[in-house]
Amino acid sequence: MSGVAIEAHELTRRFGAFTAVDRITFDVRAGEVFGFLGANGAGKTTAIRMLTGLLRPTSGRATVAGHDVAAATELVKRHIGYMSQRFSLYEDLTIRENITLYGGIYDLSDRDISERTARLLARLGLGHAADRFVRTLPLGWRQKLALSVALLHEPRVVFLDEPTSGVDPITRRQFWELIYEAAARGTTVLVTTHYLDEAEYCDRVSIMVGGRIAALGAPGDLKRQFHTRSIDDLFVQLARP
Amino acid sequence: MRALAGLLRKEVYHILRDRRTLVVIIFLPIVQVILFGYAIRNDVSHVRLAVVDPAPDEATLAMRGRFEGTGVFRIVAVVPRARDLEDLFQRGEAQGAVVFEPNTAAHPDRGVLVISDATEPNTGSLVTAYALSVLQTYERDRPATAAGVRIVPAVRMRFNPTRESSNLFVPGLMAFILTIVSSLMTAISLTREKETGTMEALLVSPLRPWQIIAGKVAPYIAVGFISVVGVIAEARLIFHVPLRGSLLLLLVEGLLFIVVSLSLGILISARTSSQRVAMMGALAGTLLPTMLLSGFIFPIESLPAPLRALSAAMPARWFVLVIRGVMLKGIGLTYLWPPTLILLAMAAALLAASTRAFHERLDA
Repeated sequence: MSGVAIEAHELTRRFGAFTAVDRITFDVRAGEVFGFLGANGAGKTTAIRMLTGLLRPTSGRATVAGHDVAAATELVKRHIGYMSQRFSLYEDLTIRENITLYGGIYDLSDRDISERTARLLARLGLGHAADRFVRTLPLGWRQKLALSVALLHEPRVVFLDEPTSGVDPITRRQFWELIYEAAARGTTVLVTTHYLDEAEYCDRVSIMVGGRIAALGAPGDLKRQFHTRSIDDLFVQLARP
Repeated sequence: MRALAGLLRKEVYHILRDRRTLVVIIFLPIVQVILFGYAIRNDVSHVRLAVVDPAPDEATLAMRGRFEGTGVFRIVAVVPRARDLEDLFQRGEAQGAVVFEPNTAAHPDRGVLVISDATEPNTGSLVTAYALSVLQTYERDRPATAAGVRIVPAVRMRFNPTRESSNLFVPGLMAFILTIVSSLMTAISLTREKETGTMEALLVSPLRPWQIIAGKVAPYIAVGFISVVGVIAEARLIFHVPLRGSLLLLLVEGLLFIVVSLSLGILISARTSSQRVAMMGALAGTLLPTMLLSGFIFPIESLPAPLRALSAAMPARWFVLVIRGVMLKGIGLTYLWPPTLILLAMAAALLAASTRAFHERLDA
């Protein structure tokens, strides 16, 4: 698919008097790795919840994979993958059972499931552990597995909400390799993170402050535009009240 | 459909692999029935009886013999003066006493005083009733030629002739167990998915809310159903509780009650976000009311009016009515359609409410 994968226009969400997301407008191109940055409480998670159909926008509109998130939620859900900061696999199921479960939920055929399971296990080097319970895996492996499972049905867009929190630097690097591989296959990636070095890995980033997008662009352009040495400095400059 | 089958399989794995919970689900009903069957009884036995007999004669000895002969009473002390009783009661050595007047054989009209320790009112009144019945039997059997006025105590109590309190508690126990298995387990398993974050993964998937709910609760319907069958079997085999009505009707009504309880569990889980709170909610919201207000332990008629009104809102109350009807009275839908309809209405309302609560939560 070419063109625009995510399109948000004046997207807003209010909880009572509090405006969590305030008229954000942005596009994400197909196949792009888009970084969604912001301090805690800046509105990232709320924005993602709206884009994934978990939360209804108060006003404004957004399309994901060409479908309106409010009007065609069911269609949107078919074309997206999602991995939250909290771990999303079942710890008391084996690796293989988890993969099979999610394959079934996304309506893959048995043949697809077994083919993709084999490919996924080989890629992660987990072939020998397929029948181990997920709870026995180290956190880093679980996160990589969770990402691979979120990509199992080859979604057009995948949302990753702080997928690398609590993970060691080496595993984070391997995690990002998986993200690039998905992007190379044409999957659009929207990723939120606290690690600002990770922002440099993104094609473009947006920085949210107080529910609004304060800066948006390629990391290099943003640094030139705001005369900062790193995204880290830029982030502090924008987020500081 | 494949997605739903996968969800169901997953839930079965959860149940089978959580050994501790599985053991609780399976053994709880069995242990409860045994406990309630043997320990919590409304009938009394081995009552410690003191006798005040200042001048034993043939009449008082005959009556004492009758007390011992019943098997209910055990005479622990025979004392000459009524004031000796005080000490026996204080120390709890006697639960009841029979006080004879001197020369009872010649003057039966002097009467017999029956005293009981009413610190536990139920036991107290039971002891009194038993004692009176012993005296009445003696009176009735006395040769008509004997002189004197008959002592006919005015107190009357209808006995459960075989004194089987198991007949009373088993139906209530079934409601109790189903409530535990259905609402508690459902609430816990749903909130666990919220806690671990897997619920979000399911919610962003193309699964419909009803599929998620069905996949979560269907296995617990099966577990609840197994419990019902287990309790009925145990009641029949160990406690010989009669099953006078239709077994099929009983099972269908059991299923209906399971659906009601499950929906309550879903409702509770929709309002809570941690397993601990869900457990408290299920305990306070379903188990205690089931114990106290369903007529399981305390007769509904003896509740104060506001609680009596509240008990009408308890699904368990109607279910207990149905089980007692089917098991003990052997009646069918001809008589039981009103409680059945009420349960059906409750199931429909609660299912609708819980599905809606599930939807609304997405927007919170």
